[in-house]
Amino acid sequence: MLDRMHILICGGPDCKDKSIPIRDAFKANIKKHHLENEVSAVITGCFGLCALGPHILIYPGEILYSGVSEENIQEIFEEHVMKNNPVERLLYRGKFDRMKLKNRSELTFFAQQERIVLRNCGTINPLDINEYIGRDGYMALAKVLTEMTPEEVISEVKKSGLRGRGGGGFPTGLKWEFAKKSISDEKYVVCNADEGDPGAFMDRAVLEGDPHTVLEAMAICGYAIGSHTGYIYIRAEYPVAVERLEIAIGQAKKLGLLGKNIFESGFDFDIEIRLGAGAFVCGEETALMASIEGERGMPRKKPPFPAVKGLFGKPTNVNNVETFANIPPIFLKGADWFKSIGTEKSSGTKVFALGGKIANTGLLEVPMGTTLREVIFDIGGGIPNNKKFKAVQTGGPSGGCITEEMLDTPIDFDNLIALGSMMGSGGMIVMDEDTCMVDVARFYLEFTVDESCGKCTPCREGTKRMLDILNRICQGRGNLDDLNILERLARIIKNSSLCGLGQTAPNPVLSTLKYFKDEYIAHVTDKVCPAGVCSKLTKYVILDNCIGCTKCAKNCPVGAITGNVKEKHKINSKLCTKCGVCKSICPVEAISTKPEKWRAIYAKAN
Amino acid sequence: METKVDITNEKIDLLYAEMEKHKQKSGPLMPTLHSAQRIFGCIPIEIQKIISKELDISVARINGVVTFYGHFSVVPKGKNIISVCLGTACYVKGSGGILDTVSHELKISVGETTDDGLFTLEGTRCIGACGLAPVFMINGEVYGNASVQMVKDIIAKYKT
Ligand SMILES: Cc1cc2nc3c(=O)[nH]c(=O)nc-3n(C[C@H](O)[C@H](O)[C@H](O)COP(=O)(O)O)c2cc1C
Ligand code: SF4
Ligand code: SF4
Ligand code: SF4
Ligand code: FES
Repeated sequence: MLDRMHILICGGPDCKDKSIPIRDAFKANIKKHHLENEVSAVITGCFGLCALGPHILIYPGEILYSGVSEENIQEIFEEHVMKNNPVERLLYRGKFDRMKLKNRSELTFFAQQERIVLRNCGTINPLDINEYIGRDGYMALAKVLTEMTPEEVISEVKKSGLRGRGGGGFPTGLKWEFAKKSISDEKYVVCNADEGDPGAFMDRAVLEGDPHTVLEAMAICGYAIGSHTGYIYIRAEYPVAVERLEIAIGQAKKLGLLGKNIFESGFDFDIEIRLGAGAFVCGEETALMASIEGERGMPRKKPPFPAVKGLFGKPTNVNNVETFANIPPIFLKGADWFKSIGTEKSSGTKVFALGGKIANTGLLEVPMGTTLREVIFDIGGGIPNNKKFKAVQTGGPSGGCITEEMLDTPIDFDNLIALGSMMGSGGMIVMDEDTCMVDVARFYLEFTVDESCGKCTPCREGTKRMLDILNRICQGRGNLDDLNILERLARIIKNSSLCGLGQTAPNPVLSTLKYFKDEYIAHVTDKVCPAGVCSKLTKYVILDNCIGCTKCAKNCPVGAITGNVKEKHKINSKLCTKCGVCKSICPVEAISTKPEKWRAIYAKAN
Repeated sequence: METKVDITNEKIDLLYAEMEKHKQKSGPLMPTLHSAQRIFGCIPIEIQKIISKELDISVARINGVVTFYGHFSVVPKGKNIISVCLGTACYVKGSGGILDTVSHELKISVGETTDDGLFTLEGTRCIGACGLAPVFMINGEVYGNASVQMVKDIIAKYKT
């Protein structure tokens, strides 16, 4: 079982000395009250708010205390840990404000922190069906098959307000209803496990950590829409997930939880796994179906929608892994419970894969309506190395960048679209002052150009033209007019592409153009990259604070750095490929690419 | 030098056996191509012809499918496949430098195979290990928090 409460104590450089006595004080209290099996107190990595330390973060609730000392521990333990009554006086300010805004009644507060999708991940052994069953696994399926009609199942999903987690946010119950209404001798349930967003791994975590939840949900869906066959389309790049799914399917069949006459209900359901083959566009549902059929994975025109004419020409319901993972809890705890979590129009939670320039990279599951700031700074621990936050990218190649000013926006499907980004599948990449936003836009567009299936011209040719322009800008050969051409092309591509890939491909460019126009202008008019990333517009230099540790010289892939031990090193700009390795490993940040630094040094040299 | 595809009778028999299984299912082509890629390391035209006969699908269509997907290749790859993750999380954390290092060490660029047929260099998208960024793989084994020195050491290990 998971501990009831986790107490995390910051052990970052600034808090380190104080954190050990704090932990020991907690441990002594835990022992005194015999709570060893329920409460844990551990020292963790830096929380990233070093100026206000030391910090204590208490789960559930992610309650953050700042500037605490050993003397406060007794009070925090007695009030918060024992009585669930956070000591407001000692709370971190930002957190305090948020708590005021939210309903503080104990029940909702705890309900809001529930891990729904990831409820079993890291808790059960995914290779053993009995552990899943021990946590109410397949109970939802039993309830559905023995107590509910398909109509009731669909109405429960509709009532829960669950929306598709694959990116689009389409209401799941409604989708199931469409598929149910289609009359056919055969229908299919498809689980979309193609997870193509580069920088996202939520679905993988579910498939590897809790494969049965997806199988159970697919069977429930099959019962609801009248299908007996399910397919899981999964990326070939996830061999561990594939293996665990295969084992899970085998075990479920053995126990009669898949196959013929499940729970003596007369309902049959089987699941097959199909592997993707390295094409991002196959995450798009119609392309995915074409791929299973053995065609090139090219999107098809909608309508007809899959619910009418899908896989092998039959009505098909496609849902994302995370969407499915929400289904069993909805039936175990009820649609009303689910609806009570999150926001009015986006109920439940969302799992995010937090990555990039952030202290705590990893997976997190938060209720919809949590703000980006809370995710990035409270849970994610903020930006490492005292760097400044610049932007957060959500929605992958279909999304956009969100800036500092908008961080207090509560996360839900509609708010993110209003900001010019989107929820996407849940990749969240944090960027700091060392990230060049033009380069980021170029990176995403390169991805789209690579992955465009080539079926329609605006996407195939248009994105390529946009990439040409961005490459030119990053190489210092752009002009102001290029920015207008980019915007015009973006509009055309968005409006005239066949599938979601093309329709959203320009978003990363549009959003960076909107919020970081000054960086574009610096590239085209001043011919410098302010972040010091675009290699043609940057030089690497070693500053006077070099301590001569030789690390950079040893690691330079092309041997461009020379210097004696304990003496200032030097970079030969003729050899340097500007790979950035030296900069990332220098222990004293003596290597710079910032225009103001290298310009000064080169001016002196000439 | 061109690396030769190793097409032996045993391997072909293996492919037939796999196709027998896949034929029972709807949409047998993709699973068959996965088998062929695994067995031969690539799917050259000779193999496509065998599949075409057995599944009764034209070679033209099969070739179209093979060339569409990045996972399948028509020419053989090197003995060791190095893939550097170029997903967003890794890119932001400097996987470009890792790629440059491999490229510089082996004197090949992305998509190429070394003359001795020992290494193929690939860029992949997120492999779901972003927490360890930057990440690269050799023959499917993942190396996280990659540094230039690490890449150099590992390549040296595989060279012998
Ligand atoms: C280019 C493109 C890529 C997509 N990739 C994925 C993906 O990797 N996983 C996914 O679940 N949905 C993906 N989708 C969305 C699917 O088309 C589909 O809407 C989704 O699987 C439906 O499931 P949901 O309603 O549960 O979200 C993608 C869409 C597009 C246009
Ligand atoms: S928009 Fe792009 S990916 Fe989608 S069908 Fe057209 S060319 Fe293919
Ligand atoms: S940027 Fe790369 S190539 Fe240039 S000096 Fe640094 S390590 Fe060497
Ligand atoms: S790593 Fe930094 S401190 Fe060490 S020699 Fe290089 S520049 Fe100087
Ligand atoms: S971006 Fe490299 S593993 Fe995810």
